[in-house]
Amino acid sequence: MADFEVPELREYPIIPKLKEGVMAHSSPYVAKPELQQQLGFPGEMVDDWKEKAIDTLGELTGKYRSLQVFLDSCVKCGACTDKCHYYLGTSDPKNMPVARQDLLRKVYRRYYTLPGKIFGKLGMPGFVGAAELTEEVMDDWYAYFHQCSQCRRCSVYCPYGIDTAEISMAAREIMDAVGKGQKYCNEIIGKAQIIGNNLGLPEPALKNTLEGLEEDIEDETGVKVRMPLDEKGADVLLITPSADFFAEPHIDGLIGYAKVFHAAGISWTMSSYASEAANFGMFIGSYENTRKLSLRIREAAIELGVKRIVFGECGHAWRVAYSFLNTLAGPFDFLDPNYPVPQHICEFTYELMQQGKLNLDPSANDDMVLTYHDSCNVARASRMGDKPGGQFEIPRAIIRATCNNFHDMPADTIKEGTFCCGGGGGLLTDDLMEIRVKGAMPRMQALNDVTKNHSVTHMAAICAICKSQFSKVLPYYGFEMDQIVSLHQLVSNAIILDGQVTEGQETEGEEITN
Amino acid sequence: MSFLTVTYALTFYFAAIVFVFGLAYRIRTYAKSPAPLKIPTTPAPTTRTGVVVRMLKELTVFESLFKSNKWIWLFGILFHAALLLAFIRHLRYILPDWSLLVFMQPFGKYASFAMVIGLGGLLVRRIVVDRVRYISAPSDYLMLVLIIAIAASGMLMTFVEHTDIVALKAFLLGLIFVDWNPLPTDLILLVHLALVALLMIIFPFSKLLHAPGVFFSPTRNQVDNPREHRHIAAWAAKLETSGK
Ligand code: SF4
Ligand code: SF4
Repeated sequence: MADFEVPELREYPIIPKLKEGVMAHSSPYVAKPELQQQLGFPGEMVDDWKEKAIDTLGELTGKYRSLQVFLDSCVKCGACTDKCHYYLGTSDPKNMPVARQDLLRKVYRRYYTLPGKIFGKLGMPGFVGAAELTEEVMDDWYAYFHQCSQCRRCSVYCPYGIDTAEISMAAREIMDAVGKGQKYCNEIIGKAQIIGNNLGLPEPALKNTLEGLEEDIEDETGVKVRMPLDEKGADVLLITPSADFFAEPHIDGLIGYAKVFHAAGISWTMSSYASEAANFGMFIGSYENTRKLSLRIREAAIELGVKRIVFGECGHAWRVAYSFLNTLAGPFDFLDPNYPVPQHICEFTYELMQQGKLNLDPSANDDMVLTYHDSCNVARASRMGDKPGGQFEIPRAIIRATCNNFHDMPADTIKEGTFCCGGGGGLLTDDLMEIRVKGAMPRMQALNDVTKNHSVTHMAAICAICKSQFSKVLPYYGFEMDQIVSLHQLVSNAIILDGQVTEGQETEGEEITN
Repeated sequence: MSFLTVTYALTFYFAAIVFVFGLAYRIRTYAKSPAPLKIPTTPAPTTRTGVVVRMLKELTVFESLFKSNKWIWLFGILFHAALLLAFIRHLRYILPDWSLLVFMQPFGKYASFAMVIGLGGLLVRRIVVDRVRYISAPSDYLMLVLIIAIAASGMLMTFVEHTDIVALKAFLLGLIFVDWNPLPTDLILLVHLALVALLMIIFPFSKLLHAPGVFFSPTRNQVDNPREHRHIAAWAAKLETSGK
């Protein structure tokens, strides 16, 4: 199935011995010149790329305190070395968070610190952990900064909170600035900026899909559940990852949201102009591009005259929405001040559950034993509800209300210690399949544990990337691709709408595959 | 005044200037560089007070490190706690004999053992654990060796070969009040002081910057309230006024 070795799943996780250079060959496709230029970057590697890269690094340390402090503060204690799923899955030492940072830090030390300059002049920069910027270093950057999903697991465990995601974003920004961008991310950003979503689905295609879904729901439940698009005057603008419009199991989640809105009797709409939650601008560290994409949401909200903004299930998207949207595209003083801007669909559903507005029958999911995958950027880069940790409790509360069988994976692999799916941060592309599969190993190991010990059959997730990634990599580890489900798919199964034909309920459940 | 005293006096002035101004410059850089986005590692406190508590836990019990690796935590906390006690003990060389300071003396004295154990543990890990060895530059080993040498020379003077601490105090106070007094000439003391001066000089250019750095780490010191309060950096605000 694969032209590389799939890591074995162990009963007791181990920290692998170093195998130097084993992932050095893993680099994504480089973006074409037109793509680069569209985002305001040089088309190809500029002649003076070295100077340009060093200058950009200096510029960025002046713009981002995180970068400046993180580059200076690491004491090489090694506490983070065994925390990255890509290291655990590949044994390549450059996938240890500190070693990944060092790829950039050594250049920073060489050109921006006194010891680096002195020992560099003496021809021995390595003595103080500095290094010249060479083509090999640039190749390492391109390879290993595209083997980081910006999941922030390392930052939880570092005594100074050093977040390798910040370093990766800066490195990618530098590479873009010298003309070496990643095809996958930059192509997607381009599409989202021109068409409105990452898949490049134009308004008619969206409309068609949504109408089809409305029919499906009616066939199943006998209830006319609407999936409105571009409807002015609706109360809620739903921004959801475009994968929700066509991919499995995402689409079942979208059906779930629609049923929740229907049951609550709250008018809502999606927007064809801002038909994307996932903001890839963050992955390449580009404030300007992230902002540009965010502004579409603001414009759509104004245009449609909504009162609230709710985001669908997505992880990195929720980080940009929760943590950055107000900064990038705020203030949102034209919306209803009684609700946080934006809200997560889980917060929205949970609130309705609390108010007893949803009629839920958890036995509808009795054909499954669930576990829950905390998406990295929901877990460690955002929040739900008004208390810290709400991002862990609210989705679990929804699962408990919609399912009778639930078991968490081992404690050190969930919540703030959750392992990334392996496909986040702009790595969800076929040219990075090997690192994606290997990086999924720690999560697969944890899933294997609850499969064996608690007969878990399905894993729920609330991130579009996680869902796509898992449906692709689960089979590599001997699972079935449909063992990954959307959280709102569970809601969709369990919810009983007014006037629903109950037999319809049964045909909707996932097939049991093992 | 002997050549030795003059050399040491001048060295210490130089070291103090580099240390103070170097560090002040770094701190100013940190304080001035903007943090354009809210990036606390969550779950994070939602109030300022909460952040103060979080930071205190990081600073006093190394909370994140404890979650991360018990060995590094143990050696790290042994070393840093001992360093604090040893530092307090050394205050008697420039301060009057206040009773609290006198009371603290034996703690500082025996802390030196904890200090060497902690540093030794970190050094052994750096050599033995392949992952840590991989990320270590020569300067990382030497930093540990330097501090071990400072601790060891100090211990020698405390437990084996006493030096004239009255004269030493006179020398140090002389430095402060620019009224120089001769420095005792014991070799161990000279080594001890030279190494301390070296440490002060490299401090602002090395990873020892983790000491001020930890206070400025946005993943730890930011309040988790991006929806409630709009957070915007000056350079980012310029993008807004310059049109879309
Ligand atoms: S845990 Fe932090 S300080 Fe320690 S090596 Fe990793 S990044 Fe550096
Ligand atoms: S952010 Fe995640 S992927 Fe990147 S180095 Fe840290 S743990 Fe690894």
